[in-house]
Amino acid sequence: MSRKKAITGGLFVGLTAFSAFLIIAVIIILLVVIIIGGKDTFSWEFLTAFPEDGMMKGGIFPAIYGTALLVVIMSVAAVPFGTITAIYLTEYAHEKSILAQTIRFAVRTLATVPSIIFGLFGLGFFIKFVGSGMDDVFLGGQLKWGQPNILWASLTMALLTLPVVIVSVEEAIRTVPREMREASLALGATKWETIRRIVIPGSRSGIMTGTILAVSRGAGEVAPILFTGAAYYLATLPTSLSDQFMNLGYHIYIMATQSANVDQTLPIQFATTMVLLMLTFILNLTAVIIRSRLRRKAK
Amino acid sequence: MKEIKIKTKDLILYYGAKMALNSISLDIPEKEVTAFIGPSGCGKSTFLRTLNRMNDLIPNVKITGEVLVDGLNIYDKQIDVVNLRKKVGMVFQKSNPFTKSIFENVAYGPKINGINNRKKLEEIVETSLKKAFIWEEVKDRLHDSAMGLSGGQQQRMCIARALAVEPEIILMDEPASALDPISTAKIEELIFELKKHYTIVIVTHNMQQAARVSDLTAFFYLGELIEFGKTRKIFTTPDKKQTEEYITGRFG
Ligand SMILES: Nc1ncnc2c1ncn2[C@@H]1O[C@H](COP(=O)(O)OP(=O)(O)OP(=O)(O)O)[C@@H](O)[C@H]1O
Ligand SMILES: [Mg+2]
Repeated sequence: MSRKKAITGGLFVGLTAFSAFLIIAVIIILLVVIIIGGKDTFSWEFLTAFPEDGMMKGGIFPAIYGTALLVVIMSVAAVPFGTITAIYLTEYAHEKSILAQTIRFAVRTLATVPSIIFGLFGLGFFIKFVGSGMDDVFLGGQLKWGQPNILWASLTMALLTLPVVIVSVEEAIRTVPREMREASLALGATKWETIRRIVIPGSRSGIMTGTILAVSRGAGEVAPILFTGAAYYLATLPTSLSDQFMNLGYHIYIMATQSANVDQTLPIQFATTMVLLMLTFILNLTAVIIRSRLRRKAK
Repeated sequence: MKEIKIKTKDLILYYGAKMALNSISLDIPEKEVTAFIGPSGCGKSTFLRTLNRMNDLIPNVKITGEVLVDGLNIYDKQIDVVNLRKKVGMVFQKSNPFTKSIFENVAYGPKINGINNRKKLEEIVETSLKKAFIWEEVKDRLHDSAMGLSGGQQQRMCIARALAVEPEIILMDEPASALDPISTAKIEELIFELKKHYTIVIVTHNMQQAARVSDLTAFFYLGELIEFGKTRKIFTTPDKKQTEEYITGRFG
């Protein structure tokens, strides 16, 4: 080997190692900075108390509660809908039918739309169109649903996370062996009975993974709820679907940009970030574990 | 001569543009064991699966001709496929238990048929498992996963599962090909018992097995039915040269 080649080869190895190291370094620095910044503020009290003193002090309980409520309502909408779509795509639609291809194209597109667009769509569709429409029809024009609230925010988020659910469930459905479907059909089960009793139970872990990934995505996104329901500060917890709510990601955003004294809220920002990161990290880890079990089972 | 249970007339099957069965006409008698033999890819499974319309599930399959079960053409538009499959049960080459308990596996068919009474289900499960000679081995672990059974036990449980819907015909596609000699012997013994009450059609690659368990044998080659007759005759004095060559192992 010529010397020149040896040098280029060596350089390349060095470059790849360096970029790999860089990524790890970024993650570590990120974590260290957040933990150092937030550790003094982070406490049981911080998790369970309301904000105080114009949010300069106190806890973030309403934001945790609002985020949890958001992802629950979102899941209730996205998981069944996504599961049904996935079942349709894998079990009923012909792979090459125009409808199936259109749905697949739509799902792929949905997955690449910037999240702020979902926020605008939610504002235009759910609040201005559906919500105001409901107010006109049922409440004689009195304003109730035609404004941001947790329902519209959750549904907007559900749209954003729908592709995640669909893809996970589809993948799981495909791991249900053909032999098992045939066994069911050969026993005189109809296609629907086979789907209900064999395919769906067999895809349970995929539905779980999809749900967890969707939840972790939904818990971290801010743009979709910006105009559709998140509130700056609320003295009470949301009790109805037409209430607004506080949210972890949005809380970080406003603390960093809107608060009276940004520097003073820095520890709270760090601690809130810590909570949000932990939450999404745990959710993602769970999803990864379930999914790898599922893949092993498929082999 | 026994009654004819299944009769096919000029049955032709295409996978897309490829012909897999060329004009098969065959009479399968009631309560006897009919074996299908022939080299790999000759269409045995395909033919077997036309008898309970399992080929309906495969896209681009074209079928012409008739399959009469008890005198009714099962490819007739008025035929309810679900009812047909209850009457014509099937056991597959690879045992395919559901990832459920043994009990739930066997009770699956009856439940589909709307039997929900626990006592009744328990009764059906027990008699089915007894008929498949596996009751003694599993009676203490009915609620354990069927996946924990050995291959041979799984296959007998699958037979019990097929019996639980009270079929009249049982189609078996190489039911023992993945099993050890002892499990195979058990399955063969079972087939011998079952033919008292059921019409059995079995695909096998094992010549000795065909000779041992069947009353009639059909030899297929390249999608055609070459010869069909009493097993004893096929194995001793076949009419066709191809049959003789295959049976004596000179090709295939
Ligand atoms: N789903 C399918 N699509 C297209 N061709 C198929 C399909 N299934 C089977 N064939 C073809 O039809 C022919 C008959 O196949 P079949 O499985 O019936 O053979 P076989 O006699 O059961 O073989 P083996 O003994 O290997 O099980 C083969 O040439 C096979 O390649
Ligand atoms: Mg075969």
